[in-house]
Amino acid sequence: MYKAKIYVTLKEGVLDPQGQAVRAGLISQGFAAVEDVRIGKFMEVVVDAHSATAAHAVVREMCDRLLANPVIEDYTFVLEEMA
Amino acid sequence: MRFGVVVFPGSNCDVDCHHAAGTVFGQKAEYVWHEERDLSRFDCIILPGGFSYGDYLRAGALARFSPVMGAVVEEAGRGKLVLGICNGWQILLEAGLLPGAMLKNNHLQFRCETRYVRLENSNTPFTCTGHDGQVLSLPIAHAEGNYFIDQVGLKDLEAQRQIVFRYADSRGQVSREANPNGSLGGIAGIINKAGNVLGMMPHPERATEEILGGTDGRLIFSSILQWWGGQ
Repeated sequence: MYKAKIYVTLKEGVLDPQGQAVRAGLISQGFAAVEDVRIGKFMEVVVDAHSATAAHAVVREMCDRLLANPVIEDYTFVLEEMA
Repeated sequence: MRFGVVVFPGSNCDVDCHHAAGTVFGQKAEYVWHEERDLSRFDCIILPGGFSYGDYLRAGALARFSPVMGAVVEEAGRGKLVLGICNGWQILLEAGLLPGAMLKNNHLQFRCETRYVRLENSNTPFTCTGHDGQVLSLPIAHAEGNYFIDQVGLKDLEAQRQIVFRYADSRGQVSREANPNGSLGGIAGIINKAGNVLGMMPHPERATEEILGGTDGRLIFSSILQWWGGQ
């Protein structure tokens, strides 16, 4: 069993209204050093796979087909072997 | 003409679409549950607005994998008319039947109001009773209508005249002020290259009778009927 920790983020150049609103919020709270905020998604998916290579392949396919929209989003993930 | 109105878990404009096609325009309209796999009996398929699957993950992302969407893709490939309104357009984007993607509105607010759109292409089955530059007053109601496509894709849309509606003011001027959601170029609706799949954010089905506050949405339905009658 493997746990995939998946990060989905908006592509560079794609406007992030949520990030801008949070940035304004942080600045209004006195965090004047804030330059930029980008908001993404974090997901954990547990997969039953016989090897890390197999788990990697299946998680990649999940990301390509559903978890991220390639028009506006990028993704990265790390795999952890579960005891 | 036979209209099929697809009902996903979370659709909430299905009744309005059924009413517009069936009662206002007197056509045969039928609800289609999202688990159906055969839509061959219909001439026009409507994907209505709402929040299919709660808009979880991304608006339209989960509806795209409903059994019915395989049939929608199939019928679209055969040239049947497919109209995606609001969440229906989001689903068409996620399904790849139309290019681009939706972002959250640039101000992050859900906007429910009446807006003007300018008709950019009256040479489609959905707009053939109108004329280019015509201004329509239509209701919108969405939080994710901020249409995005990369520059290459945008040029392609423009070159192929696939942009059908843009948000505008009452005189038909496109501007930032007239844009309710930050949509690229004020785009409010696009059609596929084959010209039989239209996605639009405004709700024509909510503007087909005076009692609803406007009738500009009739243009979409009367165009569909006229085009179909000419086939």
